[in-house]
Amino acid sequence: MAAATKLSESRPQDWLQAVFAILTELDVRQVAIVPDAGHSRLIRLCEADPKKRVVTLTTEEEGVALLAGAWLGGEKGVLLIQSSGVGNCINMLSLMQTCQLPLLMLVTMRGDWGEFNPWQVPMGQGTEPALEAMGVIVRRADEPHLVAPAVLGAANLAFNTSRAVAVLIGQSVLGAKNFNELAKPR
Amino acid sequence: MISKNGLLHRRAVVAELLRERGDLLVIAGLGAPNWDVTAAGDHPNTFPLWGAMGSAAMIGLGLALAQPKRRILVITGDGEMLMALGALATIAVQKPGNLTICVLDNERFGETGMQETHTAHGVDLAGIAKATGFATSLIVRKPDEVTKLRDLAHSGAGPIFAQVKIDPEALPFVLPPAEGGILKNRFRASVLGEAALYN
Repeated sequence: MAAATKLSESRPQDWLQAVFAILTELDVRQVAIVPDAGHSRLIRLCEADPKKRVVTLTTEEEGVALLAGAWLGGEKGVLLIQSSGVGNCINMLSLMQTCQLPLLMLVTMRGDWGEFNPWQVPMGQGTEPALEAMGVIVRRADEPHLVAPAVLGAANLAFNTSRAVAVLIGQSVLGAKNFNELAKPR
Repeated sequence: MISKNGLLHRRAVVAELLRERGDLLVIAGLGAPNWDVTAAGDHPNTFPLWGAMGSAAMIGLGLALAQPKRRILVITGDGEMLMALGALATIAVQKPGNLTICVLDNERFGETGMQETHTAHGVDLAGIAKATGFATSLIVRKPDEVTKLRDLAHSGAGPIFAQVKIDPEALPFVLPPAEGGILKNRFRASVLGEAALYN
């Protein structure tokens, strides 16, 4: 558990590096993504690692099925998505529950802390109950220093016990987008 | 292998595709393709789906990337594939050389009352796969083309897509084990060795 040791020494802003170190330590090979700004640095780190295959999806449920196939073939994976994409995964999560397959999901939240865009709120608020309705164990990380420990615990829980586990990374960690600022002439 | 409608019999197609299957790994899509694959002989190197409609092709991709030295054949139906057209784009981008996707196209949702699917109205699945960038994409209508597809699945340069036009016949179900844990564990033990059961 070298990744866990490193964690205790890390500064709060190092959570992305710490998460990448955890994924590497666990030998995660398939990184399935529908991009989110909150995951962009982690995606770049994964793309730069020749041992990881980044698979860009057209919709999030593809990633659930991809990682089921990965595990059947002996590889670990991670699904990096935004909370709005959780809704797209619902029926596909039957695979994990029925076949006792592990799934590690890292979900960056929208429609929650400090949200500007009302269209993000329904799925943002529905993320946790929807996942739990499909048998996914959910852990939240709403402060930067809590993200890496949550990911480490979720990953071990998922891969050791063949469960689907999601870590919801809050907007208080990522920063909420200010659309009024983005709308100003540049 | 040909019905009185001039179409291929689905069970004969699958039996030919799986003839001398060697160490071929098979994902069977839910519904009739699952029963067809099981009718050809239940096998630990087959992962038959009873649900998760739209998952078959992507499970095939995850497996193909994890097992690059093995050949992977996904056998599914037109309704199941239509639910995951985006997966064809995702697979085309990844270019798995060891993956073949075979759609048994009866132009029907067979399990739910034989309602027509989009392929009954001209939607060209093989054309869609070709447009996304599959190395090979073909429509299969004749027995000798099925044999060619069988050989492609074993040794052709992937990703390969095939749309096999079959008779919309309703056949008795031939059921594999339904319990997911059994299917997962027997597949992993067969592919990865008994050690896989010890985590």
